[in-house]
Amino acid sequence: MATVVIPSLLRKYTNGVDRVTVSGKTIGQVIDELGKRYPEIRDNLLENGDVKPSVAVSIDGEMGTGGVLDQVRESSEIFFIPAIGGG
Amino acid sequence: MAASATDVHNYRVIGTRPIRHDGVDKVTGRAKYGADYAFPGMLFGKVLRSPHAHANIKSINVDKALALPGVKAVVTAADLPEAPDRMENAGEQALNLRHLSSNVLARDKVLYDGHAVAAVAAISPHIAEEALQLIEVEYEVLPPVMTVEAAMKPGAPILLPTLRNKEDGPEKQTNVANHLQFKRGDIAEGFKQADFIVEHEFKTAMVHQGYIEPHSAVGLYSADGHGTIYCSTQGTFNVRTLSALVLGIPEGKIKVVPAEIGGGFGGKLVIYLEPLSLLLSKKTGAPVKLTMSRAEVLRATGPTSGSTIRAKIGATKDGKLVAAEIWMAYEAGAFPGSPVGAGAMTIIAQYNIPNFLIDAYDVVVNRPKTAAYRAPGASNAAMASETIVDELADKCGIDPCEFRIMNASHEGTPQVVGPPFKRIGLIETLEAIKNSPHYKSKLEGPYRGRGVACGFWFNAGMQSSATVNIHSDGTVSVVIGSVDVGGTRAAQAMIAAEVLGADINDVRPIVADTDSIGHTDVTGGSRTAFATGWAVYEAAQDALRQLKERAAKVWEKKPEDVIFDNGKFSPVQPDEKLKPMTLKQLAGRFARTGGPIVGRATVSARGVGPAFATTLVDLEVDPDTGKVQVLRATVAQDAGKAIHPAYVEGQMQGGTAQGIGWALNEEYFYDTKGVLRNTGLLDYRMPTCLDMPLIETAIVEVPTPGHPLGIRGVGEVSIVPPPAAVANAIAHATGVRMTQLPMSPPRLLKAILERHAANETQVAAAD
Repeated sequence: MATVVIPSLLRKYTNGVDRVTVSGKTIGQVIDELGKRYPEIRDNLLENGDVKPSVAVSIDGEMGTGGVLDQVRESSEIFFIPAIGGG
Repeated sequence: MAASATDVHNYRVIGTRPIRHDGVDKVTGRAKYGADYAFPGMLFGKVLRSPHAHANIKSINVDKALALPGVKAVVTAADLPEAPDRMENAGEQALNLRHLSSNVLARDKVLYDGHAVAAVAAISPHIAEEALQLIEVEYEVLPPVMTVEAAMKPGAPILLPTLRNKEDGPEKQTNVANHLQFKRGDIAEGFKQADFIVEHEFKTAMVHQGYIEPHSAVGLYSADGHGTIYCSTQGTFNVRTLSALVLGIPEGKIKVVPAEIGGGFGGKLVIYLEPLSLLLSKKTGAPVKLTMSRAEVLRATGPTSGSTIRAKIGATKDGKLVAAEIWMAYEAGAFPGSPVGAGAMTIIAQYNIPNFLIDAYDVVVNRPKTAAYRAPGASNAAMASETIVDELADKCGIDPCEFRIMNASHEGTPQVVGPPFKRIGLIETLEAIKNSPHYKSKLEGPYRGRGVACGFWFNAGMQSSATVNIHSDGTVSVVIGSVDVGGTRAAQAMIAAEVLGADINDVRPIVADTDSIGHTDVTGGSRTAFATGWAVYEAAQDALRQLKERAAKVWEKKPEDVIFDNGKFSPVQPDEKLKPMTLKQLAGRFARTGGPIVGRATVSARGVGPAFATTLVDLEVDPDTGKVQVLRATVAQDAGKAIHPAYVEGQMQGGTAQGIGWALNEEYFYDTKGVLRNTGLLDYRMPTCLDMPLIETAIVEVPTPGHPLGIRGVGEVSIVPPPAAVANAIAHATGVRMTQLPMSPPRLLKAILERHAANETQVAAAD
């Protein structure tokens, strides 16, 4: 099962838990599973059925490009990070 | 399959320094920049801008302006569709559409001195200027809020009545758009382990990217509902998307043609004049050109955030960094979206610190909406962390490079945001500086000091497209969608030449408009050589595959029986009847063997290699004036693989020069009414070549794993360390630790005099 590291300010929705293991083959499935346990987390990550534009997803150290469609492996480590821009 | 980045290559073209393809046009004045475009019947546009930093718009009357002979149209926000209050993926980041539209033309409120209120199109620029004077705007002036401290104070005037943040809840009006937090370990325990703790509050001023070429756009709206925009921009597809959103027309009905660009540095990733040019063209039925003046550029485009950062870092006496606590607030300008997130994620990225807490706030103020500036947010942050680290190194009695190497992030170190770094080159850049002739040289003389600092930037991947057209004479066109801001078109041509075995002079790079190439994200985020280079590599490989098929056809063999080596196609089994063919020879046979050959590729590039740079500065301070003369500067940066080393060096030198200007002179001066007072380059003091020594460079190459050429983006990170490197050098020259940017002569002189006075007081007390 994949491990999701909960962003610091969202840990208030997980009773302080910072790492959660969830099943899912895609980011979308992972967020859905996460949302079943912690609905507020889902609302902070998704908008109109996709990952919010202000959120970037790191899967095993690499930034995803597919939003909810990004593939997740059994042992993946997932971070949700503020999206930033360059110049 | 892409070549492995760890393969050792004896490149023929990559790594050389051919003359850039756009060079002759640029040095002879033939290159076409945004303001060079002209069309029959073209009108000239001008923008009316708010004289107030903060005011409600009670009414706008354009009747007198419209009545002026020669005026063909006047537009206000009423001519734009109401934009929804929602976030949209645009370019590299998310934007709020309502804020974007309101920044193009203010709707109910003006939020900074220079905020666009109306635009006029007339038969001459002078008539357009005259018409601006005739537009009657009734304002209800409100108190300006100019600093993050003022904006965050309870009871502060509210800029955006509908702005809310998650923490304060849906009912509370606020100027704080967002709060981010990153933490690891236990900072209380961490600080208990520290033998030395250094804590300072830093303030950095708002600064502008300082591109020499002002914004310019020409809009041509056709009666069939299609529009074309010619503009100076870092992202044609971004201009198309954002203009379509603001104007409420389908994206496919807009074509954007890139002009050559005279600098952007992130400031031309957004739109200002582009939708106005098309809107005015639609209203008048004629092409309309708008070009900003320098004052407009400084008042009303997107400088980068000023900031307040409170940083506290602890180290053990043997030089191990153990804890960091940081509070940072960045000016977003009139609308949310400062780079405080990036600042928070970069401030200690270069070190493996086990315990930290970082709180970061995005704060709206009555200044222009900030835009990206070369590694946005990171230079402010590095000023804080790298000066404190320097002070800690001093306290520990450890060489500043060595101190950094001891604590440096490397492969496997967890980033601030969590994921571990893959292969990176920070230590290599520190070693390069430590082993440089500059570092080994002696620096002697009073009020002379040496300072070092390092910095980090993420770099970006994103989407790029490329086609490689092989012409019947064997020459090659490489068509890309990436605007060339720093020599990248030459790099793309070199990549194609390398793959195809072609002479670089036979390969022509073309930067295409949005109708002529597949979607390509912006030239920014240090992504172009990495991502567009990858697309070109794959497109050239696609062409090569087709070329092998053609050679096989000529020889009546299978494609797998053909090899390509040393610029020639040959049968795998040598056959004296089958002479090897060059690209030119094979190209002459396209028509008979199946037609033209076009290689194509698109990438949504992943596996981005982040960038590190280390900067070393020697300087001399005049203790009577506070003026700083930079004597020598060296920058070491990890480029992964430098395709064209001269242009990589150019990026490194340019970023260093900008960082030094940021350190020593540049700042926005606003008066008490929130009006910008230094609206020209005489008073917004950027460094010239008279202020800078020749900046020495050391390119370090630690390939990005997974990239076919190992490229890392190089455009940004060099701007991150210089402010801190200069501050550290000033500290070693004068004994004064500066915590405010810029360290301009009056500010530095004041600090020197205060230090002298304090010393004299101490001496007197000792007596």
